Amino acid sequence: MTLTLGHFLSLGAMLFALSVIGIFLNRKNLIVLLMAIELMLLAVNMNFVAFSHYLGDMHGQVFVFFILTVAAAESAIGLAILVLLFRNMNSINVDELDSLKG
Amino acid sequence: MNFDPSTLFAVFFYAFAALLVVAALRVVTVSNPVHAALFLVLAFFSASGIWMLLKAEFLSLILILVYVGAVMVLFLFVVMMLDLNLDTLRQGFWKHFPLAASLGALIALEMAAVLMSGFRTSEAPKVAVDVGQIGPQISNTKALGILLYTEYLMPIQVAAAILLVAMIAAIALTLRQRKDSKAISASEQVHVRASDRLVVLKMDAVKVGEAPKAPEVPADADAPKETKQ
Repeated sequence: MTLTLGHFLSLGAMLFALSVIGIFLNRKNLIVLLMAIELMLLAVNMNFVAFSHYLGDMHGQVFVFFILTVAAAESAIGLAILVLLFRNMNSINVDELDSLKG
Repeated sequence: MNFDPSTLFAVFFYAFAALLVVAALRVVTVSNPVHAALFLVLAFFSASGIWMLLKAEFLSLILILVYVGAVMVLFLFVVMMLDLNLDTLRQGFWKHFPLAASLGALIALEMAAVLMSGFRTSEAPKVAVDVGQIGPQISNTKALGILLYTEYLMPIQVAAAILLVAMIAAIALTLRQRKDSKAISASEQVHVRASDRLVVLKMDAVKVGEAPKAPEVPADADAPKETKQ
């Protein structure tokens, strides 16, 4: 019962598929949409770390480091926009955000 | 019952992977956003365990520190701060379920088919954590640090700039002045002149009982007038 690279990549694929399902299901709730994006980034990072381990190359882990940085910045700004949105519209329902619609 | 390392490795992998998948599933299906955030914390913890198995110790700890410690706490704060109407947000939740489930299953099956056929053959991991001339006998953290501060020096500066911009943006977006604030503008206070506050009227002296003459009103009519008894 030895684990191959395929096991870890399949786990990453399952995580990614789950977050796609989450984006489809929670298309009204902006907070859970942001959480699904975090899960997607985690799936990508999982692939990077698995490749890094099985190919014996540290560069994959450096990339995970940068992805973590960008993801932290993204969620901070996303949540700031969310708070601003709730303050102005009193709702985070994606369907109501149509003020730019012509 | 013998515990050979690869069996133990596999047992831990499957335990963490099951926990991770269940937690991820609960994140996207649970109705309360607070519970979703807590399940996401569980997902990050199990992912961190898997990375530990893959000998990425530094990243595994960073995942806990940055994600569980900072990002998820931020999420929890925001979720608890907003007064959400869950009923409208849950409307039509199960309407999209068939489409979402079939699409997700398609993605998972496709990727798993490709990956399991393509990467099953790859053998045991290569030992070498080869960083330039330095030998393989250094820790994960040291190897990562050497790479980050030599080859990736410029990208790490850019990453620092991105974090700074994100911090400034988040503060600038959410900063607001209170409408009922009694704060005064220091600049206006410094630039005020005596004539803005007080006007001295010149008028003749009058005897008691005589009707006073109308004082000469200066040009700016809205200046405060002194009342006469």
